[in-house]
Amino acid sequence: MRNRALTIAPLLFAGCEGVQSALAPAGRDAERIANLFWAMVVGGGVVWLIVMAVAVYGARAKHEHSEKLAGRFILWGGVVFPTVTITALLIGGLALLPPTLDLGPDEPRLAVVGEQFWWRARYRQGDQWVEVANELHLPTGRRTAMTLESPDVIHAFWVPSLGGKVDTIPGRTNHIAYEPTRAGTYRGACTEYCGQAHALMAFHVVAEEPAAFETWLAHQAEPATEPTDAEATRGAALFLEHGCGACHAVRGTEAAGVIGPDLTHVGSRAHLGGVLPNDTASLVRFIREPEAIKPDVRMPAFTTLSDAETAAIAHYLEGLR
Amino acid sequence: MSPVSQGAPPETPRDPASTAETEESLWWLASAPLAWVLHLLATYLTAANYCAKAAEDASLTGVRLAIAGYTAVALLALVLLARRGWRRHRAGESLGPHDFDTRADRHRFLGFTLFLLSGAAILGVAFAALPAVFMETCR
Repeated sequence: MRNRALTIAPLLFAGCEGVQSALAPAGRDAERIANLFWAMVVGGGVVWLIVMAVAVYGARAKHEHSEKLAGRFILWGGVVFPTVTITALLIGGLALLPPTLDLGPDEPRLAVVGEQFWWRARYRQGDQWVEVANELHLPTGRRTAMTLESPDVIHAFWVPSLGGKVDTIPGRTNHIAYEPTRAGTYRGACTEYCGQAHALMAFHVVAEEPAAFETWLAHQAEPATEPTDAEATRGAALFLEHGCGACHAVRGTEAAGVIGPDLTHVGSRAHLGGVLPNDTASLVRFIREPEAIKPDVRMPAFTTLSDAETAAIAHYLEGLR
Repeated sequence: MSPVSQGAPPETPRDPASTAETEESLWWLASAPLAWVLHLLATYLTAANYCAKAAEDASLTGVRLAIAGYTAVALLALVLLARRGWRRHRAGESLGPHDFDTRADRHRFLGFTLFLLSGAAILGVAFAALPAVFMETCR
């Protein structure tokens, strides 16, 4: 029995680590939320122990207590103590709101849009807005304010390791700010049921030094690189020929669609669609059977393409770094 | 409405006539939760209505003052209700649990219930007002 407990315990605590855990905070706001959580866990644990001790005492005690003592115990233990505790918790929780809602001194530089079933993000870079998809970058040690919107249904934006959660609501502009304290890649999720592929509407946030962030953003603002080999050139031609550009943009080419993710630098992302490793096999699969990856996705399956054609397009996209 | 006790067997003589309860008396039980409901509706509607029209980062000062006013009124009403309940609970000699089928115990039971409901409503009103202490804008 003890052996089994020893085996299971590390598994339980393993859930506290990882790229998508509010218990492994890597941002100022997530730290505050985690502190509140632990205060509640410890406080709840203490209350539980007291209640259990009183229950055991109550079951075992042989002698009678005076009614006056019992009345006082009920008044202080059953009315005053819970009231004071819950009030303190409420005040502690509410006091977290102003700093969490603080957007910092700057105008929001990042506009996040939740769409079935992916995340569009636009960064302001000077006068222009640079669009990326499913992979955000944030500078560490700085507060980045974001606007949150949705064109279709309600989604919710949450990166548990970095901060709080806010809905994206059609017709409304919500706000949140994250302030990463530790560099790393963190996973975010849609946390409001939004359709069949809701659970697959994941994204990643790369928190990095401000200099690295600016370099990344400057690169994302560049137009796509030219294909460097024959197969990529063929892939680029097939991409346009088969109408991919009606939905996807590859800046610097004729492809200027705005319905699906911007693919200008799709090869630079670590993940595809937020859920697959970004490699040739995933790209091929996404072109051939997007429905199998994200059910009810708006992208049609390009089953009429030959294997060679699909591979050429995948090769081209992989090269868009 | 006729008094509940009409036609009922005579109560014990030591019951004072002032403890007679009528059907209307039951409504007193609803008074404290009602005050709580009205306070919640007033705070919620004021804030929601104002913020729906105002800019997102609009100052909430006016709304917070209004909520402070609603809260003062609601708490005053609830304290008066609690006092009314407490007095009825302490009428006569009995300390509880007020479960005899007598006119006096009904009186005391309704009083004690009103007192407890008022206490719960005071907490509810205070908790509903607390966010206004911390929130400064519509965001």
